[in-house]
Amino acid sequence: MNNKNRKAWLYLLPAVLFLGFFMVYPLIDVFIYSFEEGYNSASQTFYGVGLYNYRYILRDPYFLQAVKNTFILVMITVPISTCLALLISVGLSSIKAVKNLYQTIYFLPYVTNTLAVGLVFMILFKQTPYTDGLANLIINFFGGSSVDFIGGPYWAKMFVLCFYTVWVVMPFKILILTSALASVNQDYYNAAKVDGTSRIRTFTRITLPMISPTIFYLVITGFIGAFKAYSDAVALFGTDLNAAEMNTIVGYVYDMLYGNSGGYPSYASAAAIILFAIVLTITCINLLISRKHVHY
Amino acid sequence: MKVVLQNLTKKYPSRSKTSREDVVAVNDFNFEIPDGKLIGLLGPSGCGKSTTLNLLSGLQKPTEGKIFFGDDDVTGLPAEKRGVGLVFQNYALYPHLTVRQNIMFPLQNLKGEDKLTKQQMEEKSLAAAKLVQIDQLMDRKPSELSGGQQQRVAIARALVKMPRILLLDEPLSNLDARLRLQTREEIRRIQRETGITTVFVTHDQEEAMSISDMIVVMKEGVIQQMGKPQEVYDDPVNLFVATFLGTPPINVFDGMVKDGKLYIGDDAILDVPGAADGQVHAAIRPEGFIPNENGELVCSLSAVEVMGRDISVVSTHKASQNTVIRSIISAENTIDLDCDSVRFSVKPNKVFIFHKETQERVRFEIGG
Repeated sequence: MNNKNRKAWLYLLPAVLFLGFFMVYPLIDVFIYSFEEGYNSASQTFYGVGLYNYRYILRDPYFLQAVKNTFILVMITVPISTCLALLISVGLSSIKAVKNLYQTIYFLPYVTNTLAVGLVFMILFKQTPYTDGLANLIINFFGGSSVDFIGGPYWAKMFVLCFYTVWVVMPFKILILTSALASVNQDYYNAAKVDGTSRIRTFTRITLPMISPTIFYLVITGFIGAFKAYSDAVALFGTDLNAAEMNTIVGYVYDMLYGNSGGYPSYASAAAIILFAIVLTITCINLLISRKHVHY
Repeated sequence: MKVVLQNLTKKYPSRSKTSREDVVAVNDFNFEIPDGKLIGLLGPSGCGKSTTLNLLSGLQKPTEGKIFFGDDDVTGLPAEKRGVGLVFQNYALYPHLTVRQNIMFPLQNLKGEDKLTKQQMEEKSLAAAKLVQIDQLMDRKPSELSGGQQQRVAIARALVKMPRILLLDEPLSNLDARLRLQTREEIRRIQRETGITTVFVTHDQEEAMSISDMIVVMKEGVIQQMGKPQEVYDDPVNLFVATFLGTPPINVFDGMVKDGKLYIGDDAILDVPGAADGQVHAAIRPEGFIPNENGELVCSLSAVEVMGRDISVVSTHKASQNTVIRSIISAENTIDLDCDSVRFSVKPNKVFIFHKETQERVRFEIGG
């Protein structure tokens, strides 16, 4: 190791120490726990080593419910929020007047506390002895009958959760997409215009490829973020998510550690590792697809 | 296709806080571009030449005035309906498409009865690529091409749909000096082969003079002079045009006309019959000096630069408005470097006088 090399490592040391301590070490630890049967963090003991934890949680109906919920949430909210954000961003970048005002409005949910937003959604959707909630008033107006969105059928609860998630993640996507759109050189559009390119073709053949790295970034982080969803469900349905059938994988991990059925770090670790594997697989698939469609 | 500009004016609303006056980028342009010619719009930056090009392309709308392509009034037509080909300064090639896809892009936009089959598009884009000699590079991406090759692709893309008019915005400014020479010949050749009326914008007078059939010299939104490059060079109408054209630039002196003679300092250097008495700018082209032991113009010699074919004599004079006077003389002359001064006589047709205030040309008879 020459002198220059040593110096470089010295500069890297704070980051390496920090990341090693708080990211790599816990990751390895979790991986080990997930194979240790009945690990007790207080006494630091366990019964044996094997796949028992995985076998248990894969048979646990609560875990399967959580996986199902998470997948539905991801598959619905990521495409919808990305497409909607793209639509709104394109709209925003083609107006001039009051653009800043709209940008601020669209960004507001991002700076608002999740739980506060959850409260607003309660008012919109929750049935109380006094009112059925704003959403039901609208349904009633069009002649439908009231639905209990918070404590009612599964699809209604899932709808609210997806609606909420889309609403919460959109501001960030809009912010990123509007700046990506603004960074596309105007000359490309002028060139397309002179050549008589229709608006739709300009959008699909020029705008989309130009901002494809940004869209790809949003899809990847969107997938990862949605797989890690938890606080959104808590904000809407309270902490007993298993009872509400609205638990997510991260919620299951939390419950296993600290919830009513808490004190099972081994199961929690196994669930976390499974989540890790799922996210890794999906991200790899995304990367493979992106090779063809993302232009840097 | 001939192009006529009639009273063309473009004003931008003022952005400045101190003045509410509109910025006039293009002021009352009237000129006619003959069919099949190559026209150079020339001027310093901010003179409105790019705005003129954008008005021609239809990307901007004029405040007043009309534009005709042939006999059609295209003033109200949007860019896509004008049938112009535009080459951007930065080429604006779509980076995610190959050369072939870039060139084909305008063809794929055609609709209705103009719609082409795949086969026809292939043929047309290959023909355009052959014209600019990039048919070997069809499957590359723009990022894999050199600046000169990108330029050619941009021209091919502009030409492929056979535009009525080809517009080039600073076509050579992103190329290095050697490539610039080569590319400007290329542009000339392509223009001749296709016979498409071509307008290009440049701030480089040498570039404009070398390939244009006609140049239009502009300053602050106003046309100063237009004509064949050599005619404009030999017969500038005002001091701006005289100083803007030519390298090395013209040498300007504080002069005076008295009794039909032009004085620079105390020396009467030329008979100028017909010019009115008074203070003037006297401008002498670098090639207008003749070294002469008994010459009328006495300058202090600073340096001699030998350039092979020519010699560039650098000297100073107290009446000169430039810091140095550059004169280009044939290498057959010898200049004695030990001498402090050098004496010149001048060629009458290379000397121009301009009015002190208006800077307009003051004409005189060139006699024997």
